[in-house]
Amino acid sequence: MIIDITEVQAINSFSRLESLKEIFETIWMLLPILILMLGITIGVLVIVWLEREISAGIQQRIGPEYAGPLGILQALADGTKLLFKENLIPSRGDTRLFSIGPSIAVISILISYSVIPFGSRLVLADLSIGVFLWIAISSIAPVGLLMSGYGSNNKYSFLGGLRAAAQSISYEIPLALCVLSISLPECERLPFDLPEAEEELVAGYQTEYSGIKFGLFYVASYLNLLISSLFVTVLYLGGWNFSIPYLIISEFFEINKVDGVFGTTLGIFITLAKTFLFLFIPIATRWTLPRLRMDQLLNLGWKFLLPISLGNLLLTTSSQLLSL
Amino acid sequence: MSEFAPICIYLVISLLVSLIPLGIPFPFSSNTSTYPEKLSAYECGFDPFGDARSRFDIRFYLVSILFIILDPEVTFFFPWAVPLNKIDPFGSWSMMAFLLILTIGFLYEWKRGASDRE
Repeated sequence: MIIDITEVQAINSFSRLESLKEIFETIWMLLPILILMLGITIGVLVIVWLEREISAGIQQRIGPEYAGPLGILQALADGTKLLFKENLIPSRGDTRLFSIGPSIAVISILISYSVIPFGSRLVLADLSIGVFLWIAISSIAPVGLLMSGYGSNNKYSFLGGLRAAAQSISYEIPLALCVLSISLPECERLPFDLPEAEEELVAGYQTEYSGIKFGLFYVASYLNLLISSLFVTVLYLGGWNFSIPYLIISEFFEINKVDGVFGTTLGIFITLAKTFLFLFIPIATRWTLPRLRMDQLLNLGWKFLLPISLGNLLLTTSSQLLSL
Repeated sequence: MSEFAPICIYLVISLLVSLIPLGIPFPFSSNTSTYPEKLSAYECGFDPFGDARSRFDIRFYLVSILFIILDPEVTFFFPWAVPLNKIDPFGSWSMMAFLLILTIGFLYEWKRGASDRE
């Protein structure tokens, strides 16, 4: 087999392209990540605004109205204010633990967004163990909360951190076994917001925090809410599929053909619409349900949800086995 | 491995996203003029007495031990449940034996009152 010089050059340039391709791929990966980050940021801002507006509606108040049209920039204004606040570190606390705690809480939740499919085959990391990764990563967050609770050296913070850790740990197992919509306790939302119970523990593990560190905790809680809602959408509400079957529009636009820019955009839009519609439930429960006691909360996790999820597992397994 | 590459890059970027806001307030924050009461631990109007890192309820500890026992269960169940109709009945029944042992342990713990909080 004779290879002349031009072919050798072609092969050489091709191999050089191969090595360049790796770098290009790495850079190319940054683009979806940055877009995802932007989307998450906007999503969090929208959730904060939505929560304040819905809370105001439930309590017959007006809610945010001055910052931007309908007060839609209120969350951005709050965040900017927190960013320029003084950075206080309690004198007797542990500086390192106190500073790292909020970051760990945020990072562990941010990582989970990489396995969410926003449309058909539109997922940052297409793993075969996506939900598993979410469950594994989200159990790092209690470490951050414990660190901040311990590092504050404040009784309220310490108890709040302990409670947060115990609570997320207790609900981890039933959540993993049958990813039920029991993400409320994972998110520390109101019927289960014992770690931050205002009447008992001033603000729980956040008591000593001010400025952007408090802002990070705030962002982390809303990130958690958003990711739980996204997972409920993907796992239970059909994700990017159009949920109303016999509608003429869906046939007209050929939505079921998910290829193409239009189908993808529509898929993202449908996913986000379902997500934000589902978010109304956790926000409404905040103002309708009273808070549980700590032992009630843990009993609900260990003595009710865990046996039920084990039973669910057995039932699913036996049905699978019988249908084989 | 390549499917985990985006997650690694994402980890670095989320580290930046969470650490940059922590660094931004430093030019604006001035701790020089603060008085000691401002930096003391928050308490309802009086000086905090004692150290916060004192004894706490043993039940928090028990909960974490229970979690450590039951968390491997979940980590074993997930890879088992995904290809459930591809593994033969032996695979599923061996997991049932594992589940039985765990359930007996859980019932024992329940009856001994490790998860009671009174």
